[in-house]
Amino acid sequence: MCDADNTTTKKTIRVATGDRAILPEGAKTIPIYIMGKKYDVPETLTIMKAMEFAGFKFLRGAGCRGGICGACPTVYRMAGDYKLHYGLACQTVVEANMYLAQIPFFPANRAEYNIEEIGGAAEAIHALYPELFRCVACNLCTKACPMDVDVLGYISALKQGNIKKAAQLSFDCIQCGLCASRCMGEIPQYHIAQLARRVYGRYIQPRAEHLAKRVEEIESGKYDAMLQDLSAMSKEELEKCYVEREREPDMTAPGAWQPKETRYL
Amino acid sequence: MAYTPEMKELIKRVEATRPERLARARRGENYPALTMAEREEVLSKYHPDYQSDAKRTVQVGPNKGDTFQEGVARLLESRSIVRPDKVNLSTVDFDTDVLVLGGGGAGTSAAIMASQGGCRVIIATKLRHGDSNTIMAEGGIQGATQECDSPYYHYLDTIGGGHFTNQRDLVAALAHDAPLSIAWLESLGMIFNKLPDGRMDSRHFGGSSRKRMQSAGDMTGAEIMRVIRDEVRNRSNLITTLEFHPAVELLLDEEGKCAGAILMNMETREFSIVRAKAVVIATGGFGRLHIKGFATTNHYGATMDGVVMAYRAGVGNKCLHSTQYHPTGVAYPEQNVGLLITEKVRGLGAHVLNIDGEQFCFPLEPRDVESAELIREAMDVGKGIITPTGRVGLWLDSPMIEELHGPGTVKKELPAKFIQFERHGIDISKEPMLVYPTLHYQNGGINVNGDSETIIPGLYGAGEAIGGVHGENRLMGNSLQDIITFGRRAGRNAASYIQGGVTLKGLTLDHVVKFEKELAEAGIEDPAIAPILLPDYATEEVVERRWTEALTDRAALR
Repeated sequence: MCDADNTTTKKTIRVATGDRAILPEGAKTIPIYIMGKKYDVPETLTIMKAMEFAGFKFLRGAGCRGGICGACPTVYRMAGDYKLHYGLACQTVVEANMYLAQIPFFPANRAEYNIEEIGGAAEAIHALYPELFRCVACNLCTKACPMDVDVLGYISALKQGNIKKAAQLSFDCIQCGLCASRCMGEIPQYHIAQLARRVYGRYIQPRAEHLAKRVEEIESGKYDAMLQDLSAMSKEELEKCYVEREREPDMTAPGAWQPKETRYL
Repeated sequence: MAYTPEMKELIKRVEATRPERLARARRGENYPALTMAEREEVLSKYHPDYQSDAKRTVQVGPNKGDTFQEGVARLLESRSIVRPDKVNLSTVDFDTDVLVLGGGGAGTSAAIMASQGGCRVIIATKLRHGDSNTIMAEGGIQGATQECDSPYYHYLDTIGGGHFTNQRDLVAALAHDAPLSIAWLESLGMIFNKLPDGRMDSRHFGGSSRKRMQSAGDMTGAEIMRVIRDEVRNRSNLITTLEFHPAVELLLDEEGKCAGAILMNMETREFSIVRAKAVVIATGGFGRLHIKGFATTNHYGATMDGVVMAYRAGVGNKCLHSTQYHPTGVAYPEQNVGLLITEKVRGLGAHVLNIDGEQFCFPLEPRDVESAELIREAMDVGKGIITPTGRVGLWLDSPMIEELHGPGTVKKELPAKFIQFERHGIDISKEPMLVYPTLHYQNGGINVNGDSETIIPGLYGAGEAIGGVHGENRLMGNSLQDIITFGRRAGRNAASYIQGGVTLKGLTLDHVVKFEKELAEAGIEDPAIAPILLPDYATEEVVERRWTEALTDRAALR
C-alpha cells in the first residue's frame, strides 16, 4: 500500500521498499521451479520473496519472515540430483534450477496433559507418547531440521529418561514439523520436545527463590503506596528521582550488589 | 548469500579509505556530531516521524484533529470490509464468554487467565496461533525480581526512558505485575537463563538502573510463545483456537456494550458471527504497513487491525504518531533484511559509510537522528549502495572493530550477528555490513486503563495494540512484559466482569454505519477498506499482467 512513495526524491532512485522485490536494471534472473512450474526470479532473493516476486500471495507458509516461527518449511531438490534439501523459505536463497514445494502444515499427534500434575519423571512422558520407542535411529529427522537441532539426539535422550539433555538439545526447535514429516516411526518429535522442556523448566531446573520472595512482597501490598506516590508526582519531581537513582555496577554478579538507598526496595 | 562480485568491487572503496579512517579513530577524532539546529533540520526533512509532507490530520473519529503518518491516517479513515446494513446479525455462529482477537503473547495470556476464571474462550487469529511479534523478540523480559531492585525502580526507568510521556497507571501496572508475570511463566515451565542455584541471570540494558532483563538464550519471545501456546492446547475443554480467522469488525449490543465480532475465514472467505460477553483486542502492531516504504522487523500479519476496529467503535488511541525506527537494519543479504543490527557495532567504533567509502555522519547520534542521516545520504545525496534485489543500503564498517580492539573481537562481542551473517557467507570481521533504517515497534495504540479496560464495557486491550505504556520511547524488554502483564490483566478482568453478570441485548453494527456516515460527511473520497489483514507484495509488473483494467469481473480473480 504505502510503499511506493519514497522513490520520488531529487534523483528519482528506484529502490525496493518494504518487502517488495524489484528487478533493478542489469540484474540477473535465474529459473526456479515452484511446484514444478518454471519462474524467472532475481538471484539472491529468498524463496519466500522469490515466490512473491513471481506473483504468489501467501496465506499459509509465511509468518515471522525472520527464521523463528516455523511457518515456512520448504523441501527442494536440484535438477538432476537425487538429494532432498530442507530449509525455511524465509531463510533460504533461491538457486538456479531448484524444484521446491512448501509444507506449511504436517499432521502430528499431540497429547494433552496437566503441567501441575505431570511431575518430573520421564515415565509420564513415555506414557503420553509411547510411539517414542518406535524410533529406529535413522536420523532423517536431524537431516531435515532447518535449525540444525539434533533431533535424534533428544529423542534418544528421552528414551533413556534424560529430560534435561532433551530440553537442552531441543531448545532451538521452532516446531515447523519437518522432522515429523520424515519420521519412519511416525513420531511427533517437536510436541514431545515441548513437553520435555516444560517439565524441565517446571520440575528440574532450580526455582528462583528471590523471585518467590518478591511475589510475596508484591502480593502483601508492599509496593502499592510507592507506585501511587510516583504516579502522583510532578514531572519535575519524577525527573529528580530518575536522575538520582544509583546504577548497579556492570561487573557484579546478579544478587551480589546492594544500593545505598534501600527505602524503595 | 555472499556479496556478489559487483558488491565486492564496491567494498574495495571502503577498504581504500579504511587506513586513514582508522588513524583518525585512533587519534580520537570522529566525524563531527550535528548541532541541535542541524539535528532539527535533518529530522524534519528526512525522518519519517517528523516529515510533515507525509503526515496529515484525521477528520473523523475519536482522534479527529490529531496528526498521523499517511499510512496510519488512511486506515483510521477507512470503511468496513462488510456493508453493515446487509449483514444478518440474527444468526450467531459461535457463542462464547470471552473472544480474544490475536494469537500472540498478549492474546494467549489473556485466554489462559480467562479460562482460569472459568470462562469459555475463543482465540481468533489471522495466521497460525503464535505467529506474532512476540515470537521474534530476542533480548529478554523486564521484571524487578532481584533484591537490589524493586517495582519502584522499574517504574522510574520506564517513565524516564519514555521521556515522561507514558500513561502513569499503565507504568504502575507494568512495574507491579512484572515479577508476577515472570513467576507465572516459570511455573508454566518456561526455561530461563539461571545461575546454578536457580537465581535469574539478569542483565543490564539501555536505560536500566538495575540488572532487570531476564532471558531465555537469545530467543526469549519464542520460548514464552511456545510455552503459553502449549498451555492453551492443554485447555481444549475451555479454549477454542480459530486460525486463519481474523476479526474484521467488532459487534456491540443495543446498550453499547461490546458483544463479539465478525470473523473471516481467510481460506474459504466465509464470514461468521461470534457473540461474546467480553472481547480482548490483542492484535499487535503495524510494521507491515511499511510506513514510508521502510523494511520492518515485524511478522507478516502486523497490519494494525485492532486499532482500526476499535476506532470505528469509538475507542481512540494515543502515541500512534510515534514509531520506533532502528537506524541499522540489515539491507543485505535478503534473508536478514529488516532485522536489527545492535547499536553496539557503532559503539565499538564501526563507521557508517557511503558508496565511496566516505563518512557522512557521526555514528552515535540518537537513533532518530542517525536514521534521518542515513536516509538523506541514500535518497537525497544519492550515495547509497543498490543491492541485486534493488534495495538501498549504506556500509557499516565492522572490520574496523578488529583493527581497533584486536583480532577476534567481532566474534567475541557480537556472536549472534557473526553467526547470522556467516551462515550466508559473509564474514563481518572482514567485510562490512550493508544497513538501512528499519521499522521496529508501534509505540502507540488504543486507549486503555491500568486494568486493560477501554471506555466500552466488555472491551479490553493488551500488548502492542495498546498505547501509553511506553510513552514515545520504549525500553528493551518492556514489550514482552507488556504483553504478559496486560494480557493477564485483560483475561482476568474480562472473567470477573462476566462473573458479575452480563446480559447481552441485540447485536448491532450501528457504530459502523455511523462512522461511515461521518466519513461521507467529511468528504473523504475513496477511503481504504480495512483491516487490510495482509500486506500486498505483488510487483508492479505482476499487477499489470493481472489486467485489472481489462477484467470483466474483478471479484472472479480473488
